[in-house]
Amino acid sequence: MDVLPILLDWLPYLLSGIASTLGLVLAALGLGILLGLPMALGQVYGGRPIRWAVGIYVWFFRGLPILVLLFLFWFGIFPAIGLGHYSAFVVGAVVLGLRGAAYQSQIFRGAIQSVGEGQMIAARSLGMSRFTAIHSVILPQAMRIALPGWSNEYPNILTDSAVCYAIGVVELLTITARIVTQTHITIPIYLATAGIFIILNYGGLKLLHRLEARVAIPGFGTGAM
Amino acid sequence: MDQTVFLFDILLPALLQGLIVTLQLIVCSAPFGFALGIAVAVGRQYGHPVISWFCKTFVFLIKGTPLLLLLFILYFGLPSIGITFTAFTASVLGFILCNGAYNAEYIRGALISIKDGQMVAARSLGMTRWQAIKNVILPQALRRAIPGLSNEFIYLIKYSSLAYMLTVVELAGAGKQVATKYFLYTESFAAVGIVYLVLVSVTTIAVNILEKKVAIPGTVRATPAAQL
Repeated sequence: MDVLPILLDWLPYLLSGIASTLGLVLAALGLGILLGLPMALGQVYGGRPIRWAVGIYVWFFRGLPILVLLFLFWFGIFPAIGLGHYSAFVVGAVVLGLRGAAYQSQIFRGAIQSVGEGQMIAARSLGMSRFTAIHSVILPQAMRIALPGWSNEYPNILTDSAVCYAIGVVELLTITARIVTQTHITIPIYLATAGIFIILNYGGLKLLHRLEARVAIPGFGTGAM
Repeated sequence: MDQTVFLFDILLPALLQGLIVTLQLIVCSAPFGFALGIAVAVGRQYGHPVISWFCKTFVFLIKGTPLLLLLFILYFGLPSIGITFTAFTASVLGFILCNGAYNAEYIRGALISIKDGQMVAARSLGMTRWQAIKNVILPQALRRAIPGLSNEFIYLIKYSSLAYMLTVVELAGAGKQVATKYFLYTESFAAVGIVYLVLVSVTTIAVNILEKKVAIPGTVRATPAAQL
């Protein structure tokens, strides 16, 4: 069976699917940092109500399957709060991001807590405010410690992004299903898509590992952390 | 429609039906996923280089591919070469492969953490390699792998919902059907979510108890409690 010419015919379509999938992943990773880092700081340095609220948030978003979260937000919450006009792509990105924030906050929290408490005391004793100490002493170290764990979120979000198929986001898997319906060629097309996901997956990880090496401070931390 | 009538006469019975299917999916997948994980980890760590390569490639491929795509291949793809599964079987097979691959990574990590000297000592006592693995290495390694394995088990509970994409009406699917029929989306999916939260939370507690129960004092280092 000549699959390659068929794939080449559909190439622009496939590429748009890849772009959409990567868009979902990048939006989710970005939202994950934007929300996850403040949540982690809140959980470490905040008062009891903040810690409690973040705990509930994390418990909720890590306890629900991604499919149920997507259904809940796409069919339920978004229309209910008057945002029903947003596209499936936006809802998918937001849900992946909110969920990513729950996971990433725990990675950041672990990293912040692994920076010794003495550092905060030392920074304060030098006259830094709490905010300056967190910003200039704790976080530069914690973010580097968090990076390897954070990198591992990328493949998780990438594979989860395929579930956005269920609410009709036109990402790589949706495109694949459409090509299969049109051409009636199943396994070779599915395997080609699997290949694309695998390349995106390990290619992305490689880039992230390069980033880790780039921001590493010689003598601080190890690759194993 | 009256909310209580909807909740108790329509939603809850439907979710109960779905929950039973979800539990069936999990019960059919978890033991085989566990066994596959052990086999792949041991094969990769102690097997012949060819077997080791196969185990490594298997984990690489499964971890790189979205589970939903794997399920599509099993259910929509394989019939084209004459292999047909029911939606339930295809789901279970997909879950076993996925669960097995991730379990293998945790078990392999635990195998590596057992010091080489243990194998040397076991061999010097006259055990075969296989006996040493089975009786000395694995009993220690599996205990160390419990936190990772339980995380994977909790993932299994959650991704069992993807069976609905192959038309298996499990918990998420049952909620979807009720939601679509009565146009009560938020309520239905919130209820589904609560059931998953209960499942996951109960499992987390059960796993923590299990970990303490099987611990051998002094041999297993303190491991962080299992998280969601």
